[in-house]
Amino acid sequence: MKRVLALPYLLWMVVFVILPVFLMIYYSFNDMSGNLTLQNYAEFLSSNYIKMTLNSFWYAFLITVITLIVSYPLALVISRLKHKTFWLLIIIIPTWINILLKTYAFIGILGINGILNSVLEKFGLMKIQLLFSDFAFITVAVYIFIPFMVLPIFNSINGINKNLIWASYDLGASKWEALTKVIIPLSLEGVKSGIQITFIPALSLFMLSRLVAGNKVVTLGTAIEQQFLTNENWGMGSTVGVFLILFMVFVMLVTRTKKESI
Amino acid sequence: MTEIRLQNINQYFGETHILKNIDFTFLEGKFYTILGPSGCGKTTLLKIIGGFVNQTSGDLYFGDKKMNEIPANKRQVNTVFQDYALFPHLNVYENVAFGLKIKKVSKVEREARIKEALRFTNLTDFKYRDIEQLSGGQKQRVAIARAIVNEPDILLLDESLSALDHNLRVDMQYELKELQQKLGITFIFVTHDQEEALALSDEILVMDKGHIVQAGSPKDIYDEPLNKYVADFIGESNIVEGEMLEDGKVSIYGRAYECVDGGVKSGTPVEIMVRPEDIVLKPLEEGHLNVTVDSILFRGVHYEICVLDEDGYEWVIHTTQKTEEGKKVSIYFDKEDMHIMVPGEKEDEFNERLELYEGIL
Ligand SMILES: Nc1ncnc2c1ncn2[C@@H]1O[C@H](COP(=O)(O)OP(=O)(O)OP(=O)(O)O)[C@@H](O)[C@H]1O
Ligand SMILES: [Mg+2]
Repeated sequence: MKRVLALPYLLWMVVFVILPVFLMIYYSFNDMSGNLTLQNYAEFLSSNYIKMTLNSFWYAFLITVITLIVSYPLALVISRLKHKTFWLLIIIIPTWINILLKTYAFIGILGINGILNSVLEKFGLMKIQLLFSDFAFITVAVYIFIPFMVLPIFNSINGINKNLIWASYDLGASKWEALTKVIIPLSLEGVKSGIQITFIPALSLFMLSRLVAGNKVVTLGTAIEQQFLTNENWGMGSTVGVFLILFMVFVMLVTRTKKESI
Repeated sequence: MTEIRLQNINQYFGETHILKNIDFTFLEGKFYTILGPSGCGKTTLLKIIGGFVNQTSGDLYFGDKKMNEIPANKRQVNTVFQDYALFPHLNVYENVAFGLKIKKVSKVEREARIKEALRFTNLTDFKYRDIEQLSGGQKQRVAIARAIVNEPDILLLDESLSALDHNLRVDMQYELKELQQKLGITFIFVTHDQEEALALSDEILVMDKGHIVQAGSPKDIYDEPLNKYVADFIGESNIVEGEMLEDGKVSIYGRAYECVDGGVKSGTPVEIMVRPEDIVLKPLEEGHLNVTVDSILFRGVHYEICVLDEDGYEWVIHTTQKTEEGKKVSIYFDKEDMHIMVPGEKEDEFNERLELYEGIL
C-alpha cells in the first residue's frame, strides 16, 4: 500500500529531477556537433570560467552576508512583537509577487529618471546612475532574499523555550549576554537554513544581473544563459550547470544542520 | 540578611486576577513550601520573586530593599525551573559554569565552586555529558547545581521533583532538605504533593485561586487546618457537620461531645474534623458511634477501613487494628483529636481564637 502511494512521487522525481540531471551530464560531454568530448571540461577549468566561478561565489557571499545582517535583527524583533504572525506576513507578502515585477519596480526606483534620483534632484544634488552597477545588483538581490532568510531564523528563535532566556537572566546575564550566549547559539540551525536558501540560488542569479546590473556582473548563471540562448552551445552550458550543481552540493554539505546529518 | 516581604501583591494577566492581595514575609534560612492545586498561581508568585513577572500592584522587599524595579539578573535569587530549563547547547559542566562566567568569577575559584557543586549533587561522573543524555533525575540535579553554585540568598524551586519516580523522589527530598540545612539559605519550594510539603517544610503556604489560605508549620496545618479546603488538601480527613453548644462542647448528630475548642458563639454551625489515624475501633457500644465495617483495604503500613455510621455517613479509618467486613463495632476518638472549623472564618481570627483557648480547655 505504502509503495503504491509513493509511486507518483517516485515518477515525479525520475521525470523532473533525475532524468534532467542525467541529460545535463550527458550533454556536458558533447561538443557543438554532438561528438563525445572532454573539451567542455577543459575549457571550464581554464582561467576564464574559474574567474567567473570566483565572481559568482563572491557575489553570492556578499548577498548572503548582507541579507543575514539585515534579517537576523529583523527576525529577533518580530519574535518579540505582540502581533508576530501579522508582521511576519508583512515580510512574506513580497514573495508572492513575481521576481521580474519586483525587479522592474527597482528599475523604476533606481533608474536615472527614477524616484530616488528625483528626490536627490530636489535637494539640488546631481543625478547619478544607480542602475547597472554591482551596488544595484546586490541591493535588489538582498531585498529579494530577505523573506527567505527571515523565515527560518524567526522560526528557530520563536521555538526557543522562554524559560531558557529567563534562566539566563536568573543566572545574572544581561539582555546582550542572553542574546549572545543563549539566543544566537540556539538559533544557529535557522541561520544555516537561511544561508542555504540564500546562497545557493544567489550563485546562479542571471535575470537580475541582466536587468539591474547591466553586464557588469557576470556570474555562472549568466554564463549558462549565454551558452544556451546566445551561443547555442548546449554542451558548454551543461558543463557549467554540472559544476554549479557540484558547488551547491558542496555548500549544502558545509551548511547542513544537525538533523540532516546522519 | 534577606527576608522576603510581599506587600499586598496583585497580579493580573489581561482581565484575569491571578494573585489576590498576597501579604507574606519569608524569613531567612527557612524551608517554605507553597502548596496548591494547578493554576492557583504558585509559579506566578515565584516569578514575581525571581523578577520574571512584574506584579500589577504591590511591593516586594528583600530585607529593607524595595525590589519592584530591580531586574532578574540583579537579584540574589536563583531558580530551579519547573521544566529545568537547562541550556541544550551546553554540557553539564558548561551549564553549571554559566552563571559564574557571567559574573566573571576567576578561573581558579570557578573551577573549585563547580567541582563542589557537582560533588554535592552527585554529578561528578556526568560532568561532560550532553543534556539530552541525562535522565529526569540527573537533569533535576544539574538544575540544582547550576543554581546553588552561585551561592544565592534565596533558592526558588518550582515543582522540581514532580517528574521523578517515587523512590528517586524520596531520595531527592532528603537531599534537598539536607542541602537547605547545610547552605542555610531560604528555599521556596512549589509543589502540589502534600506529603512532600509535610516532609520538607519549616512552613507551608496553602494557596487557592490566588489567595494564601493558610500558612503555618506542617504540624499546625495538619492538626489545625483553617477550613475544609485546607483539611482536604493536606492529608485525608473525616469532616462532619455539627453545632457549637458552648466552649468545650460540640454537638454532632444531636449528641454532645467534649472538645478542646472554644470562642465560637453558641449555636454556630461548625465542621468537625477527625484524622483517619486518630480513630480507634472499639467493641460495640463502647465508643462514640456505632458503625458497620464496609470495606477494608490493606495499605502496607496500615489498613484503610471504611465504616458507615447509623445515619449512613462514611468514616475513613487508618489503623493497624484488625477487623472484618460487615462487623458491627464502634469508633472512638479523643477530644484532642477533634478539630473544630467555623466556615468563613479568616486566618487571623482563627489564629487568635486558637491562641486564646490553647491549654484552657
Ligand atoms: N503569561 C501569562 N499570561 C496569561 N495567563 C497566564 C500567564 N502565566 C500564567 N497565567 C495563568 O495564570 C494562572 C496561574 O498560573 P501559574 O502558572 O501560576 O499556576 P500554577 O499554580 O503554577 O499551576 P501548576 O501547578 O499547573 O504549575 C493560570 O490560570 C495560567 O493560565
Ligand atoms: Mg506552576
